[in-house]
Amino acid sequence: MTGFLSLFRRLEGPQTVGRGPGFWGLFAVVLAVALAYPLFSDGYTVGNTVYFFVWVFIALSLCIIWGYGGSLSFGQTAFFGIAGYGYGVLTLNFGSAYGFTLVALVIAVGIAALFAVLLGYFMFFGRIAGVFLGIVTLAVTLMLERFMAQTAGPEWHIGSARLNGFNGMSAMPPLTIPWPGEPIVLFADVGLYYFVLGLLVVVYLALRILMNSSFGNVIVAIRENPERAEMLGYDIRKYQLITFVIGAALAGISGVLYTAWGQYITPSSMGMTAAALPLIWVAVGGRSDLTSTVVGTLVVLAAFQALTIYGSQYALVFMGVLLVLTVLIAPNGLVLGVMHWLGRLAARFTQRAG
Amino acid sequence: MDIATHVFSALYQFGDAFAFLVLSACGLAVIFGMMGVINLAHGEFIMCGAYVTAATVHAGLPLPLGILAGTVVSALVGVLVELAVIRHLYDRPLDTIVATWGLSLIATQGTLIMVGSTMAGVGTPFGSFQVGDYSYSIYRIVLFCSALGVLAALYALFNWTRFGVLARATIQVPHMAAALGVDTRLIYSLTFACGAGLAGLAGGLYAPTMTLVPTMGATFIMEAFVTVVIGGADVFLGTAPAGGVLAIVKSVMTSWQGQLFGQIGLLVAVIIVVRVLPKGISGFVLRERT
Repeated sequence: MTGFLSLFRRLEGPQTVGRGPGFWGLFAVVLAVALAYPLFSDGYTVGNTVYFFVWVFIALSLCIIWGYGGSLSFGQTAFFGIAGYGYGVLTLNFGSAYGFTLVALVIAVGIAALFAVLLGYFMFFGRIAGVFLGIVTLAVTLMLERFMAQTAGPEWHIGSARLNGFNGMSAMPPLTIPWPGEPIVLFADVGLYYFVLGLLVVVYLALRILMNSSFGNVIVAIRENPERAEMLGYDIRKYQLITFVIGAALAGISGVLYTAWGQYITPSSMGMTAAALPLIWVAVGGRSDLTSTVVGTLVVLAAFQALTIYGSQYALVFMGVLLVLTVLIAPNGLVLGVMHWLGRLAARFTQRAG
Repeated sequence: MDIATHVFSALYQFGDAFAFLVLSACGLAVIFGMMGVINLAHGEFIMCGAYVTAATVHAGLPLPLGILAGTVVSALVGVLVELAVIRHLYDRPLDTIVATWGLSLIATQGTLIMVGSTMAGVGTPFGSFQVGDYSYSIYRIVLFCSALGVLAALYALFNWTRFGVLARATIQVPHMAAALGVDTRLIYSLTFACGAGLAGLAGGLYAPTMTLVPTMGATFIMEAFVTVVIGGADVFLGTAPAGGVLAIVKSVMTSWQGQLFGQIGLLVAVIIVVRVLPKGISGFVLRERT
């Protein structure tokens, strides 16, 4: 019991918003609603909700690297694409038997992380920071998109998997969990919903623990003042590299889940527009907190989809306006601002009650 | 084929790559070097210049006047953008990147909605000439000369005019310049307009050579960023030599393995250079000098 309590205490700290019974009570309610949600909805809507959840991982990756670490990376969609293509190539070659899709998930995310180690080494050990980091990551992302877009010919294949250029890869098997008797195939409805929801909760809580640990404190210290952090004896390059790799792995999870969800992946998932969207979710939500990133991502995604249905082509213009206005008016993010306001309100309320 | 034609072919490809890199990068380099702002909407200013050029040429103006119109319109749009957005973000460089990206998104999609997915192009003027077995476009030579001309004009502007002196003073110590009576806000506005106008010029110059689509800015933006990263903050000590070095890398890789490998060569070059020279070529030169 004490072990459980100490673990619970680690979930709270100065680096994350939300503490105490009030917050966790709300968390439990939201989780319960999310768990019960498929019971009240149809398969299509649930599958659509999974689509939203899939993007939360890449938003969290940007939150860690940009919001907590202070290094603006435009390259998250590159890791997204690498992992997505990795999953496609692996499963098209080796099939989905014996739960191999889960192994493919791990390997694909690993490839993305490995690529991040390589890129991050050159960037952080070359002491690139600030705007240059953004440019280098953006250049890498655009380069990958162009490379994948020209792989249309039959000579571009890995094993039996054709890369198919601009049209992208398709028809890879969905995630499958091996089960005695019959394996559980996670199509884009209730099955995948619970899988992704579980993964999301685990990742969210794990990141809370990580960011409130001494590691997270050092990361935030580097964001606030790199020189000071270095003078205090931390090798900031290592910390930045580790953060970057964790972020890349999270973006990779998004990529694999997206590929498994829709059973396709195209080079445009790494293009300029695709790279801009996570930035908008995170900036609007509030980049310096995990909870506001998750909430912001889901809200903006839902709004974007509604706009796409009713206003079709104006949706992207609206997103651009939203981003510019957020940066100008509420640089810390709209959701985070609302959360702080609610927190103050609750504090005043409890004070008066006490 | 004798050696002279080989040499000419190599020189021609080098000149073509150099012109592309310098023309697409100098607007970005002016804004970054002078203001420390990375303008991610740079590609969209190029697109703006190209579209205005094409529209005016279709309306009956000769091409040089069209290019001039493209430059001026881009510069004016630049002034508006500076007033509305950039001005409020000078103390937050990362946020300017994000905001200009939002602008780029608005501009690309807005153009798609208003003008449509393509615009009728402009024919490449001047025709071509023959050396050895290959024919070369004269317009590419014009582009190379334009790149040199732009560099010379920028040098003259920042070294020999009153605006240039005030701009450099503002860049060095903004408060001091302001105390001496320089309207630093005006200087920033004009510098941004200058960078945007240079982007428009690049768009206008390249309008006859490519298809006009709303996403055409993305064709330039990677090369522009790579050149600025390698060059560092100074336009003359950075962008011009970086353009030269990268043009060699690009033309050699392109003639060896094709266009894509030319771009991959650029990317590898930038990753290696930032590892060795984090402040770019101009940072290296300036440190050596002082």
